[in-house]
Amino acid sequence: MKRTAKIVVSVILMAAMAVSAFGCKKTEENGNTPDTKKGEGVMTYAEYSAAALDSEVTIETYIQAKQGWWENDGVGVATFYTQDADGAYFLYNMPCTSDEYDKLSVGTKIKVTGFKSEWSGEVEIIDATFVIEDGNYVAAPLDVTDKLASDDLINYQNMFVSFKGMTVEAMDDTGAAFFYSWDNSGSQGDDLYFKVSSNGQTYTFTVESYLTGSDTAVYKAVEGLSVGDTVDMEGFLYWYEGVNPHITNVTVK
Amino acid sequence: MKKFARIVSAVLSFALVLPMLAGCHGKKGTSEYVMPAGLDPNKTYEIVFWAKNDTNITQTKIYNQAIEDFEKLYPNIKVNLRLYTDYNKIYNDVITNISTGTTPNVCITYPDHIATYKTGNNVVVPLDTLIDDPSYGLGGSEVLFDSPTRDEVIPEYLNECVLDDHVYALPYMRSTEACYVNKDYVEALGYEIPETLTWDFIWELSEKALAKNPDGTYVVNGKDVMIPCIYKSSDNMLISMLKQQGAGYSDNDGNILIFNDTTKQDLMTISEHTKTGAFSTFKISGYPGNFFNAGECIFAIDSTAGATWMGTNAPLSDIHENQIAQFTTVVKTIPQFDPDNPYMISQGPSICVFNKPDSGEVLASWLFAQYMLTNEVQIAYSSTEGYVPVTSKARNSAEYQEYLSRSGEDNNLYYSVKIDAAKLLIENTSNTFVTPVFNGSTSLRNAAGQLIENTAKSTRRGQTIDDAYFESLYDDTKALYRLDQLGSADLNSKADLGPMPAGSIILLSTLGIAWVVIVAYFIVQFAKKKRAV
Repeated sequence: MKRTAKIVVSVILMAAMAVSAFGCKKTEENGNTPDTKKGEGVMTYAEYSAAALDSEVTIETYIQAKQGWWENDGVGVATFYTQDADGAYFLYNMPCTSDEYDKLSVGTKIKVTGFKSEWSGEVEIIDATFVIEDGNYVAAPLDVTDKLASDDLINYQNMFVSFKGMTVEAMDDTGAAFFYSWDNSGSQGDDLYFKVSSNGQTYTFTVESYLTGSDTAVYKAVEGLSVGDTVDMEGFLYWYEGVNPHITNVTVK
Repeated sequence: MKKFARIVSAVLSFALVLPMLAGCHGKKGTSEYVMPAGLDPNKTYEIVFWAKNDTNITQTKIYNQAIEDFEKLYPNIKVNLRLYTDYNKIYNDVITNISTGTTPNVCITYPDHIATYKTGNNVVVPLDTLIDDPSYGLGGSEVLFDSPTRDEVIPEYLNECVLDDHVYALPYMRSTEACYVNKDYVEALGYEIPETLTWDFIWELSEKALAKNPDGTYVVNGKDVMIPCIYKSSDNMLISMLKQQGAGYSDNDGNILIFNDTTKQDLMTISEHTKTGAFSTFKISGYPGNFFNAGECIFAIDSTAGATWMGTNAPLSDIHENQIAQFTTVVKTIPQFDPDNPYMISQGPSICVFNKPDSGEVLASWLFAQYMLTNEVQIAYSSTEGYVPVTSKARNSAEYQEYLSRSGEDNNLYYSVKIDAAKLLIENTSNTFVTPVFNGSTSLRNAAGQLIENTAKSTRRGQTIDDAYFESLYDDTKALYRLDQLGSADLNSKADLGPMPAGSIILLSTLGIAWVVIVAYFIVQFAKKKRAV
């Protein structure tokens, strides 16, 4: 009897593993193929880009990262970094239940209707609703290191990007390589701020704690930076009164 | 006999289960706090302090210094600091930790929040006994530092911390809102800044500031962007407007009065000026200070506690230095409807003490809370922003008076806009007000802000703003914030615990049915016996 039970359990486990493996393969197959044809009534990125602020927009896009589900006045909301084949869309505080949030994994395709808005230079979609659609796409990072000082950079706002061979600079006279909060008034767990330079220009980058908290590799990597380090980075080209990338990966060279 | 034993057993079980059910439903708590005879010097106490800073490194340093100084006085009390930059985050974390019995010992808070905290049994310590204790109370004989007496705490501020006739917090810092004005632009538009700003003045000037050059830039600043009036806190905006007009918001019985015609009128006015682009809010556009410092806003209405971010020479700024415009900043009270009877909100952090099973730990917490009212902490912290000390002892001290007198000597400690903001509050303490506190008052405050935000957003999106719109807005807002479920009854009732869990419903129903069966059994037995007789 015991033996029979063991066999049954083994068969079930094997079947589960097979289904799981099949699922993974399916994701891989669909992983880098964004639909370029939009559904009916859906804007292209160019149309979205040209749309006036405060106008209603409908887009199809793919989740690239998500941050912090929480309840705002009793309504579950979360913020998403999303992208299609042509550009990126920042979905700020989009209402979704906790279950929906769990389903919205990286790569998931969604159709979103909301209002185009701008807050301190960051163009975003607010008051949005969404439906999950078939499709999966994870964007490869676009190297924008050479565009950092150019006016063209804003055209890549919110995209998943990379920065290569930048140098870590001191935050202030103390020689600190990073701050907890913008002026070091915070503590571990708060946003990290650090400065990096390229071609004689220095920029402030951020590890957004709601996106990548203190237990993540990128958070720990930035805590381990030293002034003078050469680093490659990946992240999202967020905007706050100017470019303020939210870094998700740091490699010290 | 066996059956009878079963019945007795069932009744006893029921009696045992009932308190458990009550406990599950949020009423379980620590025993009422009883003050110990004294602080045990041989026992080590470790207390946790959740504080809020305005993302200001100087404030962090002051908290750390206060802890260090306090621990020198009381080597057996260790204070662990956890810093927040957002009141709502503290509030949410406290709520979460109440249910697990892991609240901090001392916490920066708002009275509105305490109203919710105290819906749990004995969660927050009423401070009346502690304040008046001759040994450990304010100015007490056993207190090892120069503590203010009760009379030296500004009475208006202490009264703000009274809930249900008990003091539940100590005021820590106070601020109000101010209107930071770009004097150069006002004069360029052909006006002088009046002694007291009125809403009529703000709207008139804001509309004039929208005149454009042929190339599409604004005449007043020659730039592509100009939002003449930006209000940081839309909830304060509506609350203050209603107060200034003598219109309803809520009352001391917890009745919701905000959904009235004056509110509608004010929202309609806000809509009109949003439509033209003369008005916006922080939530819609960004920090007023950023637009103000860039020369893209004329009237930036924000807390006096944000004064170090305001003006050409502001020591703190979020925008690049080459974006900062050169102009003169004048600090005025918020716009009024009746300049002869001005009203402005009183705001700022207070400190509450959470109850713990160890009464000595609570006493240690109280001593630390009290330490935050010493002149050293009060003067240092208030000088970081446009705050004012909450004690007359600190306000009247030579050190604080000297600080005020040195306005403009530099652009850091003596930054003129910051000191002007503090002076504005000191001169207007009697014109400040607070809104009634009750369980649900936080929701009402959020709803007030949402009325403005939704009206402004709908206007920008081209929706028709009319009576039908407001009817729908009122209904939606009431529902979202559950304001239709609040009322005078809530003042004396405890927290809205939501629907009873299904498990409890089933258990209670089963017990109810069991009782019916028991009673029926006795009736049948009684009838049988009677028949037999």
